[in-house]
Amino acid sequence: MVELTQEQIEKLKQLGRTQKENLLKLGEEFVQNHKKYIASIYTCNATGCHSGGAGNVIDAFKESLETFGLQDKVRMVATGCMGLCACGPLARVEIKGRDPFLYQQVTPDIARLIVSEHIVPTLKKDPSEPLKLSTYLKNKELSLNLPFFTKQKKVVLKNLGHSDPEDLGEYVAEGGYQALMKCLEMKPEEVIQIIKDSGLRGRGGAGFPTGVKWEMLAKAPLVDGEKFVVCNGDEGDPGAYMDSCILGGGAHQVLEGMMIAAYATGATSGWFYIRAEYPLALQRVELAIKQAKKYGILGRRIFGSDFDFMAELRYGAGAFVCGEETALLESLEGKRGTPHPRPPYPTQKGLFGKPTAINNVETLANIAPIILHGPKWFQKMGTKTSKGTKVFALTGKVQHSGLVEVPMGTKVSEMVNEIGGGTSSGKPFKAVQTGGPSGGVIPASHLDLPLCYEELKKIGSMMGSGGMIVMDYDDSMVEIAKFYLNFTVDESCGKCAPCRIGGYQMLQLVKKIADKRGSAADLEKIKEIGSAMKRGALCGLGQTAPNPVLSTIKFFKEEYDALIQEAETKRQAQQKLKGEMKQLEAQMNALNKEG
Amino acid sequence: MVEEKPASVNETKEKVEKLLVKWKSKRGSLIMALHEIQGVFGFVPWSAVEIVSRELNIPVSQIYAVLTFYNYFKLSAPGKVIISLCDGTACHIKGAPSLIDAIYNCLGIKDGETTADGVFHLQIVRCLGCCGLAPVVVVNGKTYRKVVPADIPKIIAEWRSSITKK
Repeated sequence: MVELTQEQIEKLKQLGRTQKENLLKLGEEFVQNHKKYIASIYTCNATGCHSGGAGNVIDAFKESLETFGLQDKVRMVATGCMGLCACGPLARVEIKGRDPFLYQQVTPDIARLIVSEHIVPTLKKDPSEPLKLSTYLKNKELSLNLPFFTKQKKVVLKNLGHSDPEDLGEYVAEGGYQALMKCLEMKPEEVIQIIKDSGLRGRGGAGFPTGVKWEMLAKAPLVDGEKFVVCNGDEGDPGAYMDSCILGGGAHQVLEGMMIAAYATGATSGWFYIRAEYPLALQRVELAIKQAKKYGILGRRIFGSDFDFMAELRYGAGAFVCGEETALLESLEGKRGTPHPRPPYPTQKGLFGKPTAINNVETLANIAPIILHGPKWFQKMGTKTSKGTKVFALTGKVQHSGLVEVPMGTKVSEMVNEIGGGTSSGKPFKAVQTGGPSGGVIPASHLDLPLCYEELKKIGSMMGSGGMIVMDYDDSMVEIAKFYLNFTVDESCGKCAPCRIGGYQMLQLVKKIADKRGSAADLEKIKEIGSAMKRGALCGLGQTAPNPVLSTIKFFKEEYDALIQEAETKRQAQQKLKGEMKQLEAQMNALNKEG
Repeated sequence: MVEEKPASVNETKEKVEKLLVKWKSKRGSLIMALHEIQGVFGFVPWSAVEIVSRELNIPVSQIYAVLTFYNYFKLSAPGKVIISLCDGTACHIKGAPSLIDAIYNCLGIKDGETTADGVFHLQIVRCLGCCGLAPVVVVNGKTYRKVVPADIPKIIAEWRSSITKK
């Protein structure tokens, strides 16, 4: 970077101060401009609802509002994820003075009915008069009193489903970038102290204290004048889409978190690494960076301070192992995503050999709220060692499948039976899988288990990034174990032998048992390989790959035993037949001799 | 790898060189450049790899290593109709394997294969992020939700007729 003269710096700072004012003005303008609206329609346009046809629904709403000449009175917003994906596309109607109303499975026809039957007549009425809807439309109402909504506590997802993710003005009006402004008036170490005090831990799975990681980076000296922060958005866990929705619905919140991280640690630039399979998330992050550059949020002497920062977006390319931080760094450098041993930790030697802190999307999304509300507020949520909330993708055979944010320590039973509304099949609940290919199962006998880092680890699973898959009595645990192991074997980078060979051999044994050819000795061998992989594999992928198998053996050994028993019975029958055949042959030979 | 016609090679060269301009000066931009190339051609043609090697000063072997490491990159042209079948966990337990069988019964193709007429290509993907709609099948960007095996012949017929119309 070119050295600046004192005069140039002063000029940049002056510009920064003006840009800060302009940004705040943008928020005020948003508020002013939106005073004219007497009602709002929020339609979920996140990946799930969008796939379900939300685009057409939004068009129908707009068209219909224009027909009634209401386009300047009713605000139509395409929002981020509202949560209850199973019932999408979702639309929320808010009319001043009345309770909000949520509609499910909205089609363009229903959208038109909502405008003509719900919005148009209500606007003419006094708020005290009750709403009259046809039975057809009434049937599409989704009660906001469902435990799915009432039991959640939204910190990270606060703005999702309730704002326009592409409107920077709205984000500012909701308090956006004020946490950054507040931080720029503090010393970096004070910011780190707040994050340390809050007890925030990494949301990517391992749960490393974020403040400590930042402190490590802050202490590391600049290399060639550079230090980095990286946002890990390579959410490869199949069955998890939290980061996708957080980025798609609140990219600015993540960017703000990243910038605070950079200010606190002295990082000079930031990198978003996001899965290529998430087009909406990529698009929104790109837009957020563009808007931030335009308003001087990114740049030099930001808001008149001494802080310079720039962020870049990089795509993943479909490799699960790249969620592992050292592999991610390789990939960011444009290479094959193979991990390398730690130490050196990325905070010592990271991207392009320079000190780097890698934070998960959800971790960064927590930063601005913590700065604004204080560490004490954050500490009040959660358990003794796991503070705050956690976003889960509650999927599988559960009635209310979707994106859920709950305080840490929420019990599994609350998640499955209350928020999730029980199994979708009506059949008894069997188990829930957390942590994806690195995690394990929580059986029905452990429904009281609080969801937090320590408790999940204790029973052989892990928090993971937040995938939570509900299974009922039809699901075979051996099949699930085989599915996950197949995945990790497929995604193993092949660098270290414990993972490459151990995983493959373990999979052969699991397949053997699943195909009713296994024996009790195979089960022992699986455990042996599993323990070797846990100790010997180079990175998190290999170390945790045996978890789904070992955890299902721990809690559902009877399923493995039944398959082994079947194999044993088959072998015995074969043995018996072989013996009989030998006898017959001998008899035959004797007869032939006699003959 | 697909053989390219000489005429298209020149065209490839022009397009690739143009899009590489932006990435030349940036660090670690190989994967981004390959993404853009695949965005233009639907796959990464071999002639493009050679240009990338020259322009970004990266050995062809290293580019090949990257291309084959990541699932996202294709080295040959896929079919006209790309069926992406999700076999992430949620889709898996809600019946994705039965859909894979149904596609095989209908078209005779498995993961990564293309029908003999070059029309349909099947790729099995891990989680598209709409687990609430499981099991999910995406055909050329159009999403089919909560699919059952009986839907497969209908979906295929729909796309076959749209291709013949064109």
